[in-house]
Amino acid sequence: MERADYERLRWRCIRRALLELDITLTRFLDGGEFEKLTDEERLAFVELADMEDYDLWDLLTGKAEIDDPRLAHMVALIRKS
Amino acid sequence: MSIPVLKFDAVIVGAGGAGLRSAIQLSEAGLKTAVLSKVFPTRSHTVAAQGGVAASLGNSEEDHWTWHMYDTVKGSDWLGDQDAIEFMCKKANEVVVELEHYGMPFDRTDDGKIYQRPFGGHMSNFGEKPVRRSCAAADRTGHAMLHAMYQRNVKANTQFFVEWMALDLIRDEEGHVLGVTAMEMETGQIVIFHARATIFATGGAGRIFYSSTNAFINTGDGLGMAARAGIPLEDMEFWQFHPTGVAGAGVLITEGVRGEGGILRNSSKERFMERYAPNAKDLASRDVVSRAMATEIKEGRGCGVNKDYVLLDITHLDPATIMKRLPGIHEIGLQFAGVDCLKEPLPVVPTCHYQMGGIPTHYSGRVVMPKGGDMSSIVPGFYAGGECACASVHGANRLGTNSLLDLLVFGKSAGDSAVEDLKAGRAHRELPKDVADKTLARISALDNRKGGANVHETRLAMQRTMQDHAGVFRFGDMLKQGVEKILEVEKAARNLEIKDKSMAWNTARTEALEMENLIEVAKATMISAEARKESRGAHVRDDAPDTAEFPNGRNDKEWLKHTLFSPVDNSITYKPVNMQPLTVEAVALKTRSY
Repeated sequence: MERADYERLRWRCIRRALLELDITLTRFLDGGEFEKLTDEERLAFVELADMEDYDLWDLLTGKAEIDDPRLAHMVALIRKS
Repeated sequence: MSIPVLKFDAVIVGAGGAGLRSAIQLSEAGLKTAVLSKVFPTRSHTVAAQGGVAASLGNSEEDHWTWHMYDTVKGSDWLGDQDAIEFMCKKANEVVVELEHYGMPFDRTDDGKIYQRPFGGHMSNFGEKPVRRSCAAADRTGHAMLHAMYQRNVKANTQFFVEWMALDLIRDEEGHVLGVTAMEMETGQIVIFHARATIFATGGAGRIFYSSTNAFINTGDGLGMAARAGIPLEDMEFWQFHPTGVAGAGVLITEGVRGEGGILRNSSKERFMERYAPNAKDLASRDVVSRAMATEIKEGRGCGVNKDYVLLDITHLDPATIMKRLPGIHEIGLQFAGVDCLKEPLPVVPTCHYQMGGIPTHYSGRVVMPKGGDMSSIVPGFYAGGECACASVHGANRLGTNSLLDLLVFGKSAGDSAVEDLKAGRAHRELPKDVADKTLARISALDNRKGGANVHETRLAMQRTMQDHAGVFRFGDMLKQGVEKILEVEKAARNLEIKDKSMAWNTARTEALEMENLIEVAKATMISAEARKESRGAHVRDDAPDTAEFPNGRNDKEWLKHTLFSPVDNSITYKPVNMQPLTVEAVALKTRSY
């Protein structure tokens, strides 16, 4: 991923509407977890990061589930971080 | 250096509730309106507001705006301006019904009216008994509100500049506001937004505290810009706190945890609330619990390496009860404290939630400041609404659900006033020759400085200073030290260094620019808090206790006045509270008790 693309993604993760997501996503990115992802996993992460805050937070807290196995896998990785 | 100039009738900074509400008024009046936002509008922090919006619709039982006004004045501990409070409470029904027409999916009664629920402090008949006044859309009121207003703006052709950060307010020699300088984050380019009307709706600055429920975006950008342009900040000593946020994270732990039997403990595992409130213990009121926690920490009985939090213990409760009655608390413990609350206590600390003070405004949304003998002279071309502004309706403490009402009413009135002024002939004024010099100098200093202060470390030093010295319960000696400390932090904040010099998506630069705004707010808060020698509303001092002469420590004889902090020389002046409503009798002073 190009530097500018990563930094854009990072900005969209570290400035959310909900504090809970700010903390969770900042921890994932700045903790180096994103660097370990495959290209396909990175795409899934970007897709999750594009979601509305409450929808994403419900997935991350297990209040909601998602059918797409790529996204479900990424949710599990973020929860573990 | 030639800087591009974009010309608009109005430029609005911030796309949360107040900004979007203002924009609707301007765009629907046919004015060319730009809205700048650091994030996509529906990612603004208004989304996090769950409680509802207050309006005396009377859909569930009898209610009246004068009762709402009474509750608001009392909530404000009589520091709110009664003309502004009347204006807001009277307008509430209108703005809520408008929102419904914009498509806001309010919860409904069986007969199709907006459903209203009870909320703390909402009373009927001037404090007699609780009344159902809060209008909500499930627990996503702020979220639904933003979506409805964003759609309305799209329809009205409001022009959004998303992922742009406003940097400085442009004022000419006569004090008129002519727009802002701003940075496009994607390119790093600096642009001048030249406008006939400039409206700030930049939200609060809760990130000045170490423990805050505010999202990272709440960096007080509007307050920082106003301060750098010489505009004073009003009543900045007043911040609302919640007793139990996760230490180090700020994520709220519902007060229901104590309701279900949660016990607060200090470093010796002592149930310290038994000393402060022998009867109610951990179920004492929010103020009493917060003060007890702060006292334990101040006296060295806090936990952890820095002894800066206490423990909330629910390990004695049945795990099945916790999972059933307190859904989410287990997950919050795991995610934000690294603690399994079924087995270990949670680290908690009083946590900043809402800023009552801000940029001084008249209830029309026009920004005002002292000039000559006039304490509230209008700053031409400048308007503000929402949490960044101080109308003042919240005074020393905000009534629950009045924050969403504030942004609707004062967002709208700021927009209406701008429309009125522009239609009356306010033209684009000539830009000063040095229009962007200060902005460019700040950027250049950041890019070129060597051996300067680290942004992250400086922010942390500011947040710790604010939390330790100007938290929920304040001590005279700590405030005095706090002033010295924050002025030291200010030196570092004016000497920041960033390693990344790139133009595109330089988040290090953006965070440094945010820090320059935060420090203005932190300094105003600390100095204003040190100066106010009474207790009132959310500003509670150990050396201004509850006595017969001064119930709750409030001293109306000397302190029934608004603080105006001048960022030019760190000085303070005061202006009277407006005790005269527009059409009804004043709510007379009395002791605030619930």
